[in-house]
Amino acid sequence: MKNFLYGRASSTRAAVDFLSNRKNAFFLAGGTNLLDHLKLGVEYAEVLLDIEDLPERELTDLEEGGLRLGALALNSEVAADARVKSNFPMLAEAILSGASPQLRNMATIGGNLLQRTRCSFFRDIHAPCNKRNPGSGCAALEGAHRNHAILGTSEDCFATHPSDMDVALAALDAVLVIRGVTGERRLPLESFYLLPGDTPWRETALAHGEMITAVELPPPFFVHSIYLKVRERASFEFALAAAAVALEVREGMILAARVALGGVGTVPWRAREAERLLVGAFATPEAFEVAAEAELAAALPHRDNFFKVELARRTLVRALSEVAEKWGGFE
Amino acid sequence: MQHKILLTINGEQYENFVSSERTLLDFLRDDLGITGSKKGCDEGECGACTVLVDGIAVDSCLMLAVEADGCELLTVEGLNKSELDPLQKAFIEHGAIQCGYCTPGMLLSAKALLLEKNDPTDDEIKEAIAGNLCRCTGYLSIIDAIRSVAKGGG
Ligand SMILES: Cc1cc2nc3c(=O)[nH]c(=O)nc-3n(C[C@H](O)[C@H](O)[C@H](O)COP(=O)(O)OP(=O)(O)OC[C@H]3O[C@@H](n4cnc5c(N)ncnc54)[C@H](O)[C@@H]3O)c2cc1C
Repeated sequence: MKNFLYGRASSTRAAVDFLSNRKNAFFLAGGTNLLDHLKLGVEYAEVLLDIEDLPERELTDLEEGGLRLGALALNSEVAADARVKSNFPMLAEAILSGASPQLRNMATIGGNLLQRTRCSFFRDIHAPCNKRNPGSGCAALEGAHRNHAILGTSEDCFATHPSDMDVALAALDAVLVIRGVTGERRLPLESFYLLPGDTPWRETALAHGEMITAVELPPPFFVHSIYLKVRERASFEFALAAAAVALEVREGMILAARVALGGVGTVPWRAREAERLLVGAFATPEAFEVAAEAELAAALPHRDNFFKVELARRTLVRALSEVAEKWGGFE
Repeated sequence: MQHKILLTINGEQYENFVSSERTLLDFLRDDLGITGSKKGCDEGECGACTVLVDGIAVDSCLMLAVEADGCELLTVEGLNKSELDPLQKAFIEHGAIQCGYCTPGMLLSAKALLLEKNDPTDDEIKEAIAGNLCRCTGYLSIIDAIRSVAKGGG
């Protein structure tokens, strides 16, 4: 790694003030993504400000069963929390399906939200990459892109957003609490992530120096949910396709649905079209097929990842079916 | 930029100067000559560098040495103080070692598991070592070894 300065932040306010005034300065949380990038040369830092001593690590109850996750809570702590396991099981499932025990013991909620793509050309500083080096081109178009995204893609970039946790958070209507020099703001996770378009280096709505301090989960309306991840081996592998699904079913009819897809989007993919078709429909295999088909109608696969369209469709149908089973099966 | 750090490694106190960008793994191996923790991928994929920091398993290649200031570390060297740890004996008895490169990390992931649960299920054992790659054994003998210690009370 190239030389950098290292310091520990003593307060959130001081950390935000400090970073806002400096270029090439980063917050250091778990470091599992940032240090990797600094070694590879994908990112360059003059200063790392360690924020792990800050108090934003608690999990606190909100009204009516909502929950606030401090941005510095470890992935392993959140997955093991009794409230998360009982009220937001899909979040615990998503976190535990990602990375390894060692990495989950280091990774934080804020860092996970800001982890960057695993596209091998993004990670190879010798390859053209519009995200890493604006205007240099996209080596994945010609090169290996089996794992790349099929939803939310652009001509400039179709790198997959790799997170599992963020897919569950998308389905759970999570709201990010963000602290900047002028104060605090709240942003729904869905508006936090930016599609690549012709500016693939702009990935989130976070301004330089702003810190994510917490993630708020609204009260769960649903009783049954699932995070289903499909990958090339049963553990320690990123998703080829994943579905986070929560349904509320009464007498066979779907009253509410929250659906998000992972492994297939350039951002954690909230499946609004599928939700629209599910709500008011009866929970039947046919309805699930129709919803999944519609969501993937917009998919734009490339040479080697056509299989993902079918895989994502089936993953979603299976996830919906498994949640329906929990409600007592099909009509 | 140099930082003074104070930490405990395998029960012994260390006071050292490290530069900001030194990883905990390089600090252990190259500065202190504590070479039990191995460098495989250096990017969190292989787990050969696993150490316990305050009882929790982490990849020391993705942690800065300065972040370990004030912490208590356990590396494979700390497992056998007067005699081999039960886990080490079990690895030998079950032939759970071939080339041996993954073994220190495997042992520490297993140790972290047994510190938390003394009677884990097979699935829990598999999950605990999911972040430790072994290209020789096919894992079965490693799982057998860990299970034998778990049953024996850790
Ligand atoms: C081998 C490997 C396999 C993995 N497999 C998976 C997987 O299967 N599924 C999955 O979902 N993930 C996986 N991951 C990714 C892992 O989940 C992330 O690396 C981790 O969540 C990042 O969190 P961190 O705290 O370590 O972030 P850091 O590396 O500390 O930070 C990442 C970025 O976020 C910024 N940042 C951190 N916290 C804040 C904050 N509060 N406010 C503002 N900015 C902040 C940092 O400045 C940095 O730019 C894997 C990682 C590795 C190395």
